[in-house]
Amino acid sequence: MQAVVRHTLPNGLLVLLKEDHSAPIISHWVWYRVGSRDEVPGKTGISHWVEHMQFKGTRKYPAGVLDKAVSREGGFWNAFTYLDWTTYFETMPAHKIELALQLEADRMENSLFDQNEVESERTVIISERQGNENEPMFRLSEEVQAAAFRVHNYHHEVIGDMADLLTIQREELYEHYRSYYRPNNAVIAVAGDFKLEWMLDQIASLYAAVSPGKTPARFVRLEPAQQGERRVVVEGPGETTFIRIVYKAPAASDPEFFPLMVLDSLLSGATNLDFFGQGISNKTSRLYRALVEGELAVSIHGGLQATIDPFLHTFTAVVHPQSSADEVVRTLDEVIARTQDEPPEPEELKRAVKQAHALFAYGNERITNQAFWLGFSEMFSDYSWHEQYLARLEAVTPADVQRAAQVYLRPQNRVLGLYLPKGAGARAEA
Amino acid sequence: MSQRSHKQLPLHSLPSQENILRQEFSNGMVVLARSNPNSGSLIVSGNLLAGGLLDPEDKLGLADFTAAGLMRGTQRRSFQEIYDTLESLGASLGFSAGTHLLSFSGKALVEDLDTLLTLLAEALRYPAFPGEQIERLRAQLLTSLSIRAQSTGEMASLAFDQLVYRNHPYRRPEEGYPETVQEIRQEDLAEFHARHYGPGRMLIAIVGGLDPQLAVEKIGAAFGDWTNPLQSAPPELPPLTPLTEISTRHVDVPGKSQADLIIGTAGPPRLSPDYMAASLGNHVLGRFGMMGRLGEALREKAGLAYYAGSSLNSGLGPGPWEASAGVDPENIDRAVELILAEIRRFVNEPVSRDELADSQANYIGRLPISLESNGGIASAILSLERHQLGLDYYLRFPDLVNAVTPQQVQEVAGRYLNPDRLAIASAGSGERG
Repeated sequence: MQAVVRHTLPNGLLVLLKEDHSAPIISHWVWYRVGSRDEVPGKTGISHWVEHMQFKGTRKYPAGVLDKAVSREGGFWNAFTYLDWTTYFETMPAHKIELALQLEADRMENSLFDQNEVESERTVIISERQGNENEPMFRLSEEVQAAAFRVHNYHHEVIGDMADLLTIQREELYEHYRSYYRPNNAVIAVAGDFKLEWMLDQIASLYAAVSPGKTPARFVRLEPAQQGERRVVVEGPGETTFIRIVYKAPAASDPEFFPLMVLDSLLSGATNLDFFGQGISNKTSRLYRALVEGELAVSIHGGLQATIDPFLHTFTAVVHPQSSADEVVRTLDEVIARTQDEPPEPEELKRAVKQAHALFAYGNERITNQAFWLGFSEMFSDYSWHEQYLARLEAVTPADVQRAAQVYLRPQNRVLGLYLPKGAGARAEA
Repeated sequence: MSQRSHKQLPLHSLPSQENILRQEFSNGMVVLARSNPNSGSLIVSGNLLAGGLLDPEDKLGLADFTAAGLMRGTQRRSFQEIYDTLESLGASLGFSAGTHLLSFSGKALVEDLDTLLTLLAEALRYPAFPGEQIERLRAQLLTSLSIRAQSTGEMASLAFDQLVYRNHPYRRPEEGYPETVQEIRQEDLAEFHARHYGPGRMLIAIVGGLDPQLAVEKIGAAFGDWTNPLQSAPPELPPLTPLTEISTRHVDVPGKSQADLIIGTAGPPRLSPDYMAASLGNHVLGRFGMMGRLGEALREKAGLAYYAGSSLNSGLGPGPWEASAGVDPENIDRAVELILAEIRRFVNEPVSRDELADSQANYIGRLPISLESNGGIASAILSLERHQLGLDYYLRFPDLVNAVTPQQVQEVAGRYLNPDRLAIASAGSGERG
């Protein structure tokens, strides 16, 4: 594996570079340390809206020019806003990468946030939220997350509450942009077919004139320990009952994160932390065997996410039409109790590690995914987190897994959410 | 200033007869192998002609059910044994049925190829369809269908197919309907397998960190002795009766915030001489940049929709050519007007030279990215073989793309997308007049 170069420019911009000449492609990502965790009530969804506005043009690249320029060269690009971060990427044929470097440097400080564009984007984002609301799992997940976090800003969805999407104004968006979009609050990650010195020179010269700002303080109100199970019910159309159970989980930088990853793998199958990756099936996991083979549920999935502050270990089940939510929860509790009562077999741990190895190999096929990890890991830890990931999973012992189950997967530490269907299915008009 | 000497597309790295090993076996199977020395893993994927077109009318969903049943137990292993073997390796293997094809795809570390091929061969050749597992699977499929009934996107798509393909088998959903899935018996699965699964016209591609010759030998060992004299050729597609007017259908799905809208008709098959002009034209209409002209009109200008674009699904037959958008139910009429206006413009005026040149540049420039991963290469070479495009297709591709003119795009647009003869399907809460 190629070494990763890590370099900080005088204005505070952190740059991570990785040469990989396996394909004539370069993937370039710019990460900002801002996400929904930095939003207060009245401004929920503002980070995501700012991300949308970043596609609405600068003086140099007016609206509609950027996307055409990238597409013309055969590149693909996108942006994502999440709990802890906002990121923009372009994956381009290697000899066209200068365009991506220039446009990201430009929109770090020169986006226009035109008033008309802000209004047009308001309805686009409301439409995005309405599309999400069509999904029972979104409705349930939003309520469960809100119940899990009473104090911490992880409590609201990244897209924001409708009340705020209706009222946020241009000046607030622009101020959010100018506060957080600074070189000293950003990470550039590039992987692919280039020479390190050349790439570093390009980035240094493009960003030389971008002035640093006051490093924004990250808004944190730590969530107090939960003192008992919370329950949430959402009612909606359909014929299917959904269950979402979430336990407070450790932050990615916490050593306890790794035993919990192994536990997750045993309970509900290997979680793929890659952004674009596909997972593998989970049909031999303990919960699948008990719930799906037991005909209580038609599917069960679980997972953890790498976050700055403690977030959630989630389990989602679709209830079998002949079963009930109560039966699913009772059986899930029995399966979890077993992981608390006795340590897993060493074979099960070995398997979880092999699965993680395989997922790594699949992920490494794509330059885009390699560049993603360079920056993503810096958002909650640093790149060594990624480099040491497999070794840290290998070091987990059966006793570690048992302890993680005892500490984290307690009913007092969870929110139990149910989506209860009301009403009949769709009918077609003649 | 540039870091690189080659400004041109590096043709030598694209899949071609130079680097794909192709072998036909006497039982009719064709194997294609390509090495990707940078990869520690591999993918084995393929397809055979055992899709939903073969479903009896009262058992729609049979091909899909059969495909999903292959991994539920074989004559040698139980469901749990199959997945225990697979998941212990961090490998994956799955099957799915489309309209024409049964497709499969498996992934593993290079060192685990033998096990992956053993499981693939057992599932394809010796499935057992055990009764208990089949009933469990049925409950899962029926639940998926109740979830489908709640999806505005899927319900609009079903309605669209019923309008465009009213006298054609493409109107039938591969997953069937609850009442047809209820009708399917265990012996139907076994019989469907016996009659339609076999090595005749089966394609297998293998791509990854291994020697192509060795890969072909291993696949030959797993499938070379497979024969099935009962395997029958799929039926010829009947001709499609074109729409003669605007034809509209709305599905009421109560309690939904957003409605989905699909407007379009049938497009050219992949092998039609119209394909490349239609594909590039479609890219201008609803894909290039931020979803082409449709994205510009509905999302960027009108702020009406989070997504609005178009797709051309050319396959072995006349797949749909459709524009789609997700909008507030109150805005359906406005969205219909805007989409129809763009389709009219697309048919009445040639696209500009610049617009076409942009899409042409995108088609050629994106090749290295779309062909980066093992999976991307495997699906590309399977498509070359299934559609008989020739293994040198990507070498000829830039010329094929650049030969298309704005006039050709307009001719092809007019041939398929008559603005007075389109299907307009929508699904969302409330009724429409």
